Amino acid sequence: MPLYLMMLPCAAYLILNNYVPMAGIVAAFKSYKATEGIFGSPWVGFDNFNYLFKSNDINIIIRNTLLYNVAFIVINNVVGIALAIMITEIKHKALRKWYQSSVLLPFTMSMVVISYVVFAFLSQQNGMLNNGILKSHPVAWYSDPTWWPLILIIVNCWKYVGYGTLIYIAGLSVIDRSLYEAGAIDGAGKWKQIVHITLPSLVPSMITLFLLSIGRICYSDFGLFYLVPQNSGTLFNVTATIDTYVYGALMSAGGIGRSAATGLLQAVVGFVLVLVANALVRRLSSKDAMF
Amino acid sequence: MIENRAQQWTFHLILALVSLAMVLPLALLLISSITDENTLVSDGYSYFPAKLSLGAYEYITSNSSTIFKAYGITVVATLIGTFLGLLVTALISYPLSVKGLPGKGPITFFIFFTMLFNGGLVPSYMMWTGLGVVNTIWAYIFPFLLTNAFNIILIRSYFASNIPEELYESAKIDGAGYFRIFFSLALPLGKPILVTIGLFSCLNYWNDWQNGLYFITDPSMLSIQAVLNKMNQNIQAVLSYTSMSSSATAQIPQVSIRMAIAFVAILPILILYPFLQKYFADGIMQGAVKG
Repeated sequence: MPLYLMMLPCAAYLILNNYVPMAGIVAAFKSYKATEGIFGSPWVGFDNFNYLFKSNDINIIIRNTLLYNVAFIVINNVVGIALAIMITEIKHKALRKWYQSSVLLPFTMSMVVISYVVFAFLSQQNGMLNNGILKSHPVAWYSDPTWWPLILIIVNCWKYVGYGTLIYIAGLSVIDRSLYEAGAIDGAGKWKQIVHITLPSLVPSMITLFLLSIGRICYSDFGLFYLVPQNSGTLFNVTATIDTYVYGALMSAGGIGRSAATGLLQAVVGFVLVLVANALVRRLSSKDAMF
Repeated sequence: MIENRAQQWTFHLILALVSLAMVLPLALLLISSITDENTLVSDGYSYFPAKLSLGAYEYITSNSSTIFKAYGITVVATLIGTFLGLLVTALISYPLSVKGLPGKGPITFFIFFTMLFNGGLVPSYMMWTGLGVVNTIWAYIFPFLLTNAFNIILIRSYFASNIPEELYESAKIDGAGYFRIFFSLALPLGKPILVTIGLFSCLNYWNDWQNGLYFITDPSMLSIQAVLNKMNQNIQAVLSYTSMSSSATAQIPQVSIRMAIAFVAILPILILYPFLQKYFADGIMQGAVKG
């Protein structure tokens, strides 16, 4: 009995923080009136969804969310694996530690601070780029959409690559060293050893990370897309994602139904994708499956 | 041998460049915060400013109680949030690690399901607003951040695999109740995982700006990250609410002060980083996730 008592506070928190809002998804099917609350507001069926799909916004935000996520997955994993292999190969112990801890530093910074750092480089009047190397051809960074896909990919990689690098370093540390010795005796050079021994042994970590990100593919880092472009309207086409849209609609007059509908779509598609991804993991390597 | 040395040098060169790329953008934050305001306006942000000045920091220390208040709010929210979060998470994890607890399956599913599905931003926002967290310290502590299923699962597995069943048995024979066993046995033995998750939780609370964005409208209740976010939109709104005359607002070193506040916000992380990075690395390798 005391054991159940112990679980009570956390269970209460999960009910409040996670389960009660699940009931609130009915807001997606209502015309929200502040005075009536979610449950008192009149039902409107699928009106919010119809409205959503009539606007062009939905195509843009879905496209951006998916394409950015694909780019992030590919680039962060490739760079992460490369860094992990190089760091593991370094023989100088102190420098290896230094490299490893430096790649994780940006991971500990908040997105607000990162948006300030980006601003220091890109600000139209005071930015380092416009005042330095681009002095003769300044770019209006925060109103010109051209470079934003690249900027967001770089910022995302800068902040998060350390995370993947560490996962892969952990994966590398369990490789049996005798494989390399055997490879060396057979005359395999360093490069051959990486291709034939290191990479194949990372495949399980790759599969797990990859499928986990599939489950998150319709979610985006709100801070990255909202703060880093300074919420600039002219950049909407290349920086708006589902999460920035949900927030924007929530804060705009009469947008609550639209926001709830978008959030519900995201949650349902996310749910289905997690189930699919997990079923795939279980088929490929059952010990890595989440459930 | 020669091939090996060349390879080591190549890896050192690449990794040295990578770690510079990780650290230098943050250095720009520090350097521009101690650059003279007029130099910033005329030359822009630069690694090699023509004139240095501590004007921004002098302004913060002499004029702006906002920043100190915000710092205090962040510290309090971080401490209370991490403490409460760890306590309730450990409290629910321990019973789940006890063998043969009836109802363990459904309870585990109840926890796990929160990772699969959510109600989205709108219902959560409505509910926490309805509970009255708006413009209180609790807005920074309770919504979204207190605990999550990942942490519960990590702590439960640690308890289950690192604390031998016999210890519990002998404590029970000695007549210790479950709460006694939890506080005097499970908590001390679970210290490694609790410290790791606690530090991740600190980082989450310290870096959180979204709860400030959603739930805080009163400028005197802004946390340090929320101040930074507000300043992105309007620097005066934040610094001048403390009843300053318009002539005083004109004196604000607007460009450098942004960077000074941002640097002050990351200072604790930078100072503690040499000590923290090992825990973060361990946490990531064990599967802890941020956010």
